[in-house]
Amino acid sequence: MYPQDFYYSQDHEWVQVKGDRALVGITEFAQKQLGDVVYVELPAIGVQLTVHQTIGSIESVKAVSEVFSPVSGEVVEVNAELNTSPELVNQDPHGKGWILRLKIKNPADVQSLMKAAEYEKFLEGLAH
Amino acid sequence: MKITRLNSNHKKLGAKMIEFFGWEMPVEYKGIIDEHNAVRTAAGLFDVSHMGEIMITGKDALAFVQHLTPNDASRLAQNQVQYTALTTPQGTFVDDMLVYCLGPERYLLVVNAANTDKDFRWVVGHLAGFEVKAENLSDSYSQLALQGPRAAEILQPLTDIRLDGMKPFWAAWGKVVGIDSLVSRTGYTGEDGFEIYTTVSEPGRIWNAVLESGRPRGILPIGLGARDTLRLEAKLMLYGNDIDDKTTVLEADLKWIVKFKKGAFLGSDILLKQSEEGIPRKIVGFELLDRGIARPHYPVFVGGEKVAEVRSGTFAPYLKKSIGLVYLPLEKTDIGTEFEIGIRDKKVKAKVIPTPFYKRNY
Repeated sequence: MYPQDFYYSQDHEWVQVKGDRALVGITEFAQKQLGDVVYVELPAIGVQLTVHQTIGSIESVKAVSEVFSPVSGEVVEVNAELNTSPELVNQDPHGKGWILRLKIKNPADVQSLMKAAEYEKFLEGLAH
Repeated sequence: MKITRLNSNHKKLGAKMIEFFGWEMPVEYKGIIDEHNAVRTAAGLFDVSHMGEIMITGKDALAFVQHLTPNDASRLAQNQVQYTALTTPQGTFVDDMLVYCLGPERYLLVVNAANTDKDFRWVVGHLAGFEVKAENLSDSYSQLALQGPRAAEILQPLTDIRLDGMKPFWAAWGKVVGIDSLVSRTGYTGEDGFEIYTTVSEPGRIWNAVLESGRPRGILPIGLGARDTLRLEAKLMLYGNDIDDKTTVLEADLKWIVKFKKGAFLGSDILLKQSEEGIPRKIVGFELLDRGIARPHYPVFVGGEKVAEVRSGTFAPYLKKSIGLVYLPLEKTDIGTEFEIGIRDKKVKAKVIPTPFYKRNY
């Protein structure tokens, strides 16, 4: 269920690292909690983000949810498809529903994130 | 938390449950968008048993109802229903509600779940001088709402009531899958539909039968999430959001339920004065002109100055745009007036548009 090569934050974001680039999105758990996503607010290209800084927001019919940057870096690409098809976040949160791509500033940031098995254990803990 | 008699049915269907004013209720099953659009294109079934039922009986039942409400209940024939309100002496809202005339000395008030206890205390507090009895029957009633263009064809095989003979805002007594029920052609979605009231201990038989009859016709069970988006598209009021004890019935754009000719009622003098002098503000519908979603309490700016807060707002699933309701100063309520809404750190443009946002075409 949760890709083995991703890193996960306690706020239910995932990161896929490829060289000095990090692809960021929200997890399957997060999209299920949100319900039908109808609007995604994306940051501008070039924005510098620190760890846990607000990237933007994802809105479902019922609620607004903030998305936090799991690693520090510069926004180099955003998923413009989410402007016309926000439901991609629900349909394919780990794939086509990706939110943005960062140029990583501090590679050590990923060390504080969880790997898949740890994240799954974390989710089990939340259920109680 | 209180539960309805259909609680286990919702859980069996995999509903996401939430707390709603002390009740455990389903907020969604398949998803708010799918549920909303099912009601618009086929049918949806709601458990609304949490709503309140107050029975008024006795010699002065009509006079009592007339005193507490702005609409004219004397126009109701037996089994006829009207939308009205419980008003304060200031002409504002204690609640909005439906009144059913069940007989010359028998009127049923159907009120919001959030206000049932408050409304019953209000009714009881005004009994003096009237030969009338008020009973809070909310706990004994279950209520289901079947709404959508296919509602009648789904319900007819299950009931001995002739639905094609039932006009909107009329009711009839009969059986639904053999269970004694009061059925009215009313609803809170803007579609055709029926509300089914019963006092049996197992209304689940009706719930299951309706879902089964509706399955080949595209019915879905509907939660409170879609209930809110549906009523907002149809510009139906929600107490607490759009109307409360600080908004008058005229400011709420509900002049059509105020019938001064019937005689004085609680708040009629204030409302009469307002209708003569003009209202200072009025509720209007808007749509966003830029990307975003407006939600309750977001600040509203006219000419850079904050004048109000959004009352209701959402992304409308059927209309596929962001809509909402707000009270604007009367001089700013013309269709086409543009203003701004503060959404987090941005000011988003919006425009007053005609309501209802959605109106059924059949």
